[in-house]
Amino acid sequence: MMSRDSPAAGPAGVGRRELLAAAGVSVSGALAGCSGILAAEGNQINVAGSSTVFPVTEAIASAYTEENPTTNIALSKTGTGGGFGNFFCAGRTDINNASRGIAEAEEEQCGNNDVTPIEFPVATDALTVVVNPDADFVDCLTVEQLRQIWRADGADRWSDIDDSFPDAELELYGAATTSGTFDYFKEEIVGEETNHRGDYYATEQDRTIVQGVQGSESAMGYFGFAYYSENPDSVKAVAVDNGDGCVEPSLETAQRGEYTPLTRDLYIYVAKESLADPTVRDFVRYYMEQTTSDLIAEIGYVPLNEEKQAENIDKLESNIDEVTA
Amino acid sequence: MAAESTDATTDSAFGHISRRKDVAFRLLALAATLVGIVSLALLLTNVAVDAVGWLDWGFLTSPPHPFPDQAGFLPAIVGSLAIMLLIALITFPLGVGAAVYLEEYASDGPLTTFIQLNIANLAGVPSIVYGLLGLGLFVGMLDIGYGSVIAAAFTVGLLILPIVIISAQEAIRAVPDSQRQASYGMGATKWQTIRNVVLPRAMPGIMTGTILALGRAIGETAPLIMIAAPTTVFGVPTGLLSKVSAMPLQIYNWASYPQQAFQYGVVAAGVVTLLVILLTINSIAIVIRNRFERST
Repeated sequence: MMSRDSPAAGPAGVGRRELLAAAGVSVSGALAGCSGILAAEGNQINVAGSSTVFPVTEAIASAYTEENPTTNIALSKTGTGGGFGNFFCAGRTDINNASRGIAEAEEEQCGNNDVTPIEFPVATDALTVVVNPDADFVDCLTVEQLRQIWRADGADRWSDIDDSFPDAELELYGAATTSGTFDYFKEEIVGEETNHRGDYYATEQDRTIVQGVQGSESAMGYFGFAYYSENPDSVKAVAVDNGDGCVEPSLETAQRGEYTPLTRDLYIYVAKESLADPTVRDFVRYYMEQTTSDLIAEIGYVPLNEEKQAENIDKLESNIDEVTA
Repeated sequence: MAAESTDATTDSAFGHISRRKDVAFRLLALAATLVGIVSLALLLTNVAVDAVGWLDWGFLTSPPHPFPDQAGFLPAIVGSLAIMLLIALITFPLGVGAAVYLEEYASDGPLTTFIQLNIANLAGVPSIVYGLLGLGLFVGMLDIGYGSVIAAAFTVGLLILPIVIISAQEAIRAVPDSQRQASYGMGATKWQTIRNVVLPRAMPGIMTGTILALGRAIGETAPLIMIAAPTTVFGVPTGLLSKVSAMPLQIYNWASYPQQAFQYGVVAAGVVTLLVILLTINSIAIVIRNRFERST
């Protein structure tokens, strides 16, 4: 009892002092290690941007990391515009995933921060319009009909676009405004002069669009082909008629250039300044090698042909020569 | 006489003595207990069943991948552990220091009451607000890198600091004053008293509070999203400025993947791993705490 209540006395006190000393040594050791680690931040590659391109970069980064375990690649899903505006052009990331080309305003922002974007197409996507699988009345829509649905002050009911469609209210799920998919869809379907409608459910999570469209017979949504190809039973893809008859979205129609106007290139943008870093250089080289592989098709996009790949590699090497010279 | 009359009044206040009500209330209380336990058990079984076949060695040692059969959890596991270690190193000395000051040194003035009130309020501030603070302070003003290990640890560390302080204060308050007086009576200084009497007696309580707070920290997602922690990281963090992902972030990301196998199998495997690691950390800490309890 006595020794329990007077902790300073006896062997217990010595034990604690030793423990404290050991803890002190280990903490200072850890701090010393940290200061060494703080200095070496070389193997970091930062990527942000499009959720459509995300799986492509994820697959390639995963394979690259298995071969180069000391490289730390960080990948964020921010949407193309969010990636350019908040990360890439602000000098925070080395690479931006993009499901559309860079905009003028973004190029300007990059220029102001001494970031030089280099564009590399990495795959081709068939942007897919989907409806509920039970919506038997619709298999194909013309570009004009899609425009009526998605423009500002557009149709409210299915019957507004075609008399044969049921008199049911349209439930719309689409990409958020930070998304390159939104920008591309707006430009190709809605057009430059008109606005994309604002009264739709906007999300950067394609999963939400699948769930929404699956849940209602009068719903409609759009996203990259990869998301459709993984959920062919949950939602139904609508063929698009651009004046030459109805064309189903698929890797083949996208590759042959028949699925217009929703066939689009997917890109990564690399900051030229970042190519001075050997880690980034090595990773981008590896990325370019992978763009013709089956991996891309497995994800649900059309891989590059070898000609385009060679163009990319030439562009990359000449830029590398410029920054390393 | 007086006792008899009070008995009579309580009797009439409670009405008739009813065995049925007694049993009914007992069953009601039991049901209330079971709702929590049964739903937890159902949830755990559900997740564990979904995780079967997905939670294997490859899952624990690989980087993430868009195909479910190749997806791995390693960077998120290491990231979470690194953040956790740093949080413990930051919050323990700060929390215990603040608690010792408030309990042993501070006088009972209005200022102390004000600080006390603020700490209590801070413990209830939603985590997303701490995320905003972290974004503004650590990522913006101090510029220690968005989504870095150190920014994540400081942000989540601030979040649990009030909890650590309050539990440490309670542990210190529970040390009987007679022991302090005895120490002073032996001629010990205040520092000697705190070091030799107060802290050793309070340590098990302080440890318990810190462990519970760390358990909350490991599951935090919102503040990490606010400081722009990357959606996915492929390598393990090599330094304090490395970008870091954490287990709950990676699980949240997987939940949005197109394949059904992700939404059920891989997410479940992630959840089971998170729970197992959380319970392991807790039990290690409890063992350490018990050892402390025995040695004092």
